[in-house]
Amino acid sequence: MQKNRSPWLHPAAKPLLFALCALPLAWLVWAAATDRLGANPAEALIRSLGDWSLRALCLTLAITPLRTLANLPALARFRRMLGLFAFFYVSLHLLAYGWLDMGLDLGDIAHDIAKRPFILMGFTAWVLLLPLAATSFNRAIKALGARRWQWLHKLVYPISLLGLAHFIWMRAGKNNFAEPAIYGAVLAVLLGWRLLRRYSSRGAARLA
Amino acid sequence: LPGARGSVPGAMTLDKLTSYQDASTYNNFYEFGTDKADPARTAGSLRPRPWTVTVEGEVGKPGVFDLDSLLKLSPMEERIYRLRCVEGWSMVIPWVGYSLAELIKRVEPTSKAKFVEFTSLADKAQMPGLRSGVLDWPYVEGLRIDEAMHPLTLLSFGMYGEVLPNQNGAPLRLVLPWKYGFKSAKSIVKIRFVEKQPVSSWTRAAAQEYGFYSNVNPQVDHPRWSQASERRIGEGGLFAKKRPTLMFNGYEAQVGQLYAGMDLKKNF
Repeated sequence: MQKNRSPWLHPAAKPLLFALCALPLAWLVWAAATDRLGANPAEALIRSLGDWSLRALCLTLAITPLRTLANLPALARFRRMLGLFAFFYVSLHLLAYGWLDMGLDLGDIAHDIAKRPFILMGFTAWVLLLPLAATSFNRAIKALGARRWQWLHKLVYPISLLGLAHFIWMRAGKNNFAEPAIYGAVLAVLLGWRLLRRYSSRGAARLA
Repeated sequence: LPGARGSVPGAMTLDKLTSYQDASTYNNFYEFGTDKADPARTAGSLRPRPWTVTVEGEVGKPGVFDLDSLLKLSPMEERIYRLRCVEGWSMVIPWVGYSLAELIKRVEPTSKAKFVEFTSLADKAQMPGLRSGVLDWPYVEGLRIDEAMHPLTLLSFGMYGEVLPNQNGAPLRLVLPWKYGFKSAKSIVKIRFVEKQPVSSWTRAAAQEYGFYSNVNPQVDHPRWSQASERRIGEGGLFAKKRPTLMFNGYEAQVGQLYAGMDLKKNF
């Protein structure tokens, strides 16, 4: 069968993807340890972890459209790992902010989150990711039932929009929207494709 | 570019100097790109010579000054100032220049000169960042005349004993150590004396975030972050504790009286 020959099913594919996803962190740790993060290493680290959070979210959301459009069902087995990496980078981003920017002072952090809408947005995205990460293993899927599990994991859509809004807002005061626009365009395609498919399949169902 | 030790009160802070490397590679100079590493990379296209500065408006002696005449206008001094960026980081930089007041006195402002407006160069051929619409170019900044006349207000031509690197605002810029860094206009081509308060570029871009005065003030937060503390660049590595930000960046004794009786929350 053709399926068995797909390189996506090769036993090394998953470990390879894992290593790729861990590369940004490895690079950041190495760069921080060898003083390669520029004049303001804390800021560089926090921002870079934020960038990789958004990238991992986009990659996770790209799996289903790619799988469908390119007819590569094997891609589905990578979605969980990508999603968990997104959660991992968002968590590191939050930790880096809390540690390097706020000195791990929980009172200061709580005050900052409550006071600043753009930080509240990012924080909300992380909180919403918690139940998704917590229900990412097979037993949880069984316990919840596939339909409820799928419904819960639709949270990834508002999460990605919150992450994007967090980034746009962070750049708003400096009118610097070039990078948020790129993520916005990618997300628009990934989410737009889902909307389109939903409405066209509804249309098809009505016709039938 | 040599300069004698600054003699103005507050001119020589004892804080440890930021390294030349950090001060010349971590810059906000949007005419050369919005990333802080961009100016050092792309400012090679700026031609700081020949250069002229037009002085106009409410002055008895308007005129066009070329760079050489400005360099000779008054003796050069070295001044070590703290620099506090509105983004929450700070540096300590030895500038070379003289008080802007020296130039202002020579052009004889009239009684109508209540404010001074500074315009930076905006030349697409030399400044790749102008292609982006981040700000309305050219960059414009403004000061009240008494702020402009204050002896700490420096017209700077150099730093670390050398002429200014392009990315730091060559060939001449302002340095106002008690205000957030963006008030100190770089690569100045025009100085205009006016009766009405000028609208600076950042105020035009986001009035609720960047006020006309923009004095360093730990009690008035930026809408998106606290201004109570700052990260001193090059100090203590990744896990260094931030240091508390001082009122008027620590220059309250020298400049506090300029703002006596003003509501600094309203006039932020």
